[in-house]
Amino acid sequence: MTHPPVMSLRGITHSFGAVRALVDVDLDVHAHEVVAVVGDNGAGKSTLVGVMSGALVPDAGEVVVDGQEVLLRSPGLARQLGIATVFQDLALCEDLDVVENLFLGQEVRRGPVLDEVAMEREALRLLAQLSARVPSVRTPVSGLSGGQRQAVAVARALVGEPRVLVLDEPTAALGVTQTAEVLNLVERVRDRGYGVVLVSQNMADVQAVADRVVVLRRGRVNGVFDAASASYEDIIAAITGVSPQRRGGAS
Amino acid sequence: MSAPVVGRAGLPGAHRPDAGWMRGSDRDLRSLPVLAALVALALVFQALNGAYLSADNLVNLTQQAATTGIITLGMVLVLMVGQVDLSVGAVSGLAAAVVAVAVARAGWPLVVAVVAAIAVGAAFGAGYGWMYTRLGVPSFVITLAGLLVGIGLQVQVLAPVATVNLPYESSLVRFAQQAFLHPAVSLGVVAVVVVGHGTLAVLERRRRLAAQLPARSLGAVLLRTAGLAVGLGLPVWYLNTSRGVGGMVALFIGLVWVADVVLRRTRWGRSVRAIGSNVESARRAGFPVRRVYVAAFTACAALAALAGVLQAGRVAAAHQGAGGAELTLTAIAAAVIGGTSLFGGRGSAWSAVLGVGVIHAIGSGLTLVNADGSLRPIVTGVVLALAVTVDAVSRRSRAANGR
Repeated sequence: MTHPPVMSLRGITHSFGAVRALVDVDLDVHAHEVVAVVGDNGAGKSTLVGVMSGALVPDAGEVVVDGQEVLLRSPGLARQLGIATVFQDLALCEDLDVVENLFLGQEVRRGPVLDEVAMEREALRLLAQLSARVPSVRTPVSGLSGGQRQAVAVARALVGEPRVLVLDEPTAALGVTQTAEVLNLVERVRDRGYGVVLVSQNMADVQAVADRVVVLRRGRVNGVFDAASASYEDIIAAITGVSPQRRGGAS
Repeated sequence: MSAPVVGRAGLPGAHRPDAGWMRGSDRDLRSLPVLAALVALALVFQALNGAYLSADNLVNLTQQAATTGIITLGMVLVLMVGQVDLSVGAVSGLAAAVVAVAVARAGWPLVVAVVAAIAVGAAFGAGYGWMYTRLGVPSFVITLAGLLVGIGLQVQVLAPVATVNLPYESSLVRFAQQAFLHPAVSLGVVAVVVVGHGTLAVLERRRRLAAQLPARSLGAVLLRTAGLAVGLGLPVWYLNTSRGVGGMVALFIGLVWVADVVLRRTRWGRSVRAIGSNVESARRAGFPVRRVYVAAFTACAALAALAGVLQAGRVAAAHQGAGGAELTLTAIAAAVIGGTSLFGGRGSAWSAVLGVGVIHAIGSGLTLVNADGSLRPIVTGVVLALAVTVDAVSRRSRAANGR
């Protein structure tokens, strides 16, 4: 990791009333890297996603993007700074077709009217880049499978060339085949040079694609592991807190 | 559902030759059952009474349908953002009262009176939008309240009498009753529309090919343009053998055309469909959700008021009973029959034309065969139930096919 990280979180702390959801969390994401964030229910994963997506402004701590400290005040601003988030519910509009969903809120216009040709061409390019297969880019999303929807949501996040892609539980609702599709997707996104933050509860997924694993427990980082060398037991131990330990490629 | 993942055509399936205009053909297909119903209705009533398809009757039918159609167009806008406006009948009645009293009693210039009436309607809509977006009151309830307020105000505006007549020489009455496009004008408009459509389709095809996207063949473009020419030209020519295309009818179709372009081709229209489909996603995508809601409610109520004004002109009077709940329910039924979903997100401005066409085709037919007045709502109800069923079944099968 000789290159500086594209995104760093430093000492992120956030409370909801008396509940300390995140305490002094550090996280680095480099280009060409999948960082998995794992943890039990209530460990602070969703709060962390909120912070990275700009939906939540933390009480303390800083976010550094490309060496510059930034304040992610809104999802729109986070996107502008190159951090794109795919939420667990995907935020797709069922009645709209694939192209319309990809450019939702960032439509390409030609004068006052929408430029469907440009959008359709770009949609095809993005989907091809992810080797994603949909019956037609003019199919309403309501007719797509779970894996195809995930691909559409990821492709949408890639509109506007972000540098970091945050995926929140991308495989939570999927079957075996579709989970494999999505994991392939994650690897392709990484191979294209994006930094990927994969928030997941599924250890099998994490071990399949992650380069580093950051374990959250009760709002704190309870271990950073090198996915290639760490054992399943070590990570589980860090998640459950049976024998907390810190080792591997620390940030 | 896993079959489509492995793809129908290997690479991103959009390279299938027909994929590019999939949505267009989808939309055409959706309106097919309604068109078939219209044809069936026409044939049945024509068999029962030979005067049904006469140009005179069709001119009457279009004139009657125009005002309901304008109300339905507004209803389509509100339904598409997933809301409903139960007060359109009352608002149109109130607007009729305002324009009649302002012209006949207060002596205001017609233009001022019309603008005032439409402004009253728009104020109702803006109020609904504000209460819905800021206070979170369900639109069903606010517009129900608006319906009651509107009915009361209508009586108060007309008071102390129950009916205010408009002078026959008023240009509003003349426009609503006697204004017809000159045959040359109406056919000229058809020609401009057909040539414009054809030119745009060819240009679109060229751009798509240049971008290496699938496009319709030149033959298909020509065929569709020819179809449009016949589909528009024939009815217009036929209406011209009688009195022709009414001014109100032209206004209605013009409004629908504008609404259709705005809904399909602009960012605002996209936001309307996105909001109706999934508000939360639309909000996260950065659309100004509140403003769009307010605009949809305002446009709907303003269109209802415009229809009320025209209706007052058509009957040369405003009376206490104008508008009313039946008009509102007819507008909702027409929008749904025409193919607009009650649950938001799906629909088109042209569904106002189709739906109102069906409802008035039934009404006119039953009148001509001297059917009992009670039959009309029954038949309309059955057609509405059929339309919703067809929509539900087709949507389910589409979802099951994964397309």
